[in-house]
Amino acid sequence: MAKAFMIILFTGILTENFVLRQFLGICPFLGVSKKRNTAMGMSAAVIFVMVLATAVTFPINKYLLEKNGLEYLQTIVFILVIAALVQLVEIVLKKYVKPLYNALGIYLPLITTNCAVLGVVFLNLEKLAGGDPNFLAYPFSGSLVNSLGAGLGFMLAMFLFAGVRERMENCEVPKFLQGLPITLIAASLTSVSFFGFDGLVEGLFK
Amino acid sequence: MAEKKTMMQEFTKGFLKENPVLRLVLGTCPTLAISTSVIGAIGMGISATAVLIGSNVVISALRKVIPAKVRIPAYIIVIAAFVTIVQMLVKAFAPAVDEMLGIYLPLIVVNCIILGRAEAFAGKNPVLASTVDGIGMGIGFTAAIVLMSIIREFFGAGSLAGIAIFPASIPPVAILILPPGGFFVYGLMMAFANKLAEKKGLKKATLEGCDACPMAQACALRGEDKAESEVTA
Repeated sequence: MAKAFMIILFTGILTENFVLRQFLGICPFLGVSKKRNTAMGMSAAVIFVMVLATAVTFPINKYLLEKNGLEYLQTIVFILVIAALVQLVEIVLKKYVKPLYNALGIYLPLITTNCAVLGVVFLNLEKLAGGDPNFLAYPFSGSLVNSLGAGLGFMLAMFLFAGVRERMENCEVPKFLQGLPITLIAASLTSVSFFGFDGLVEGLFK
Repeated sequence: MAEKKTMMQEFTKGFLKENPVLRLVLGTCPTLAISTSVIGAIGMGISATAVLIGSNVVISALRKVIPAKVRIPAYIIVIAAFVTIVQMLVKAFAPAVDEMLGIYLPLIVVNCIILGRAEAFAGKNPVLASTVDGIGMGIGFTAAIVLMSIIREFFGAGSLAGIAIFPASIPPVAILILPPGGFFVYGLMMAFANKLAEKKGLKKATLEGCDACPMAQACALRGEDKAESEVTA
């Protein structure tokens, strides 16, 4: 059991990194990664919402939609549930967990329309449908662990990239690449570095 | 809109001047992920355009009925409904494209071009102008993603739309169809778009301010960023 979870977790963080390998959550990756503090706060909020969204949408999908043959409503139901959930979390945190709200609150509205959260929900379903053995053994807990891994992968990418961008501030960039183009090329190189993890998870846990 | 624009200007602004991908930096996720093959890119472009036109029409028709406070959830429902329709159509008539797009097809819901246009244009303008805006922006998005996919598939796989161009003896630059190649080609295209824009006296595309983001109004980060930049300035 622990082995299956470790495989799912590290695949999510490293070999199938959400941002650098699957292109989900690119907007915050490019937009919010300028300062390390903001990048970390945003990532923490994303992890929180991703795991919560998976925990809520999984039973809805299994016991409500699949049972009644309503899979075609997945898109509408999931986005609505996630939007409502984020609102609810914001209200609850504001009232009862003030420190956490101060740390994460400002990022929450942004996350509703972030494709990373809806993406991880669909990705979990796809993995289940694709017959990933680790997922089939533990459908619900495996999905939760995958969401956690995807969120941590998002955080890792944000953290690394924020560091790269801070270093780039003082570099002399060719004029035609200044601004967004050089940021994208830096992202490309960061993405190349993640190829180094290919085969790592299989080697470690199999 | 402060100045009155003609229909023709509304239509053509999405091509270059306000190209959603290269100028407004919206819809980056599907652009990077789907541009590995020309057929997938065309499928993505057409699907997103269909959703964009549909949601623009409905949202602008309902713009006086939707209360300002709940407009974002209302927009999301309209968009999700159109995405579901498009999903069913693609599954029924183009299953190969459906397989290529995978999770990115339902993720059109959170494509910021569509919510961005709803918030910036369709929610404030009459139906006809919004329709034209949707068509123009859709064509701009499709053109950008198809152009990128042509570059990536031609150099990265040696083929175009699945038809081999180079003989097998010439190895393609495979990294271009892998994730790093997506960022790289996008960066270069952005540099060229900036160059073209500069010639026309327009500003460079940036993601520094939150102006392009459809959630800017609801988001407190914007205020924080402003306060910080004021301090540093």
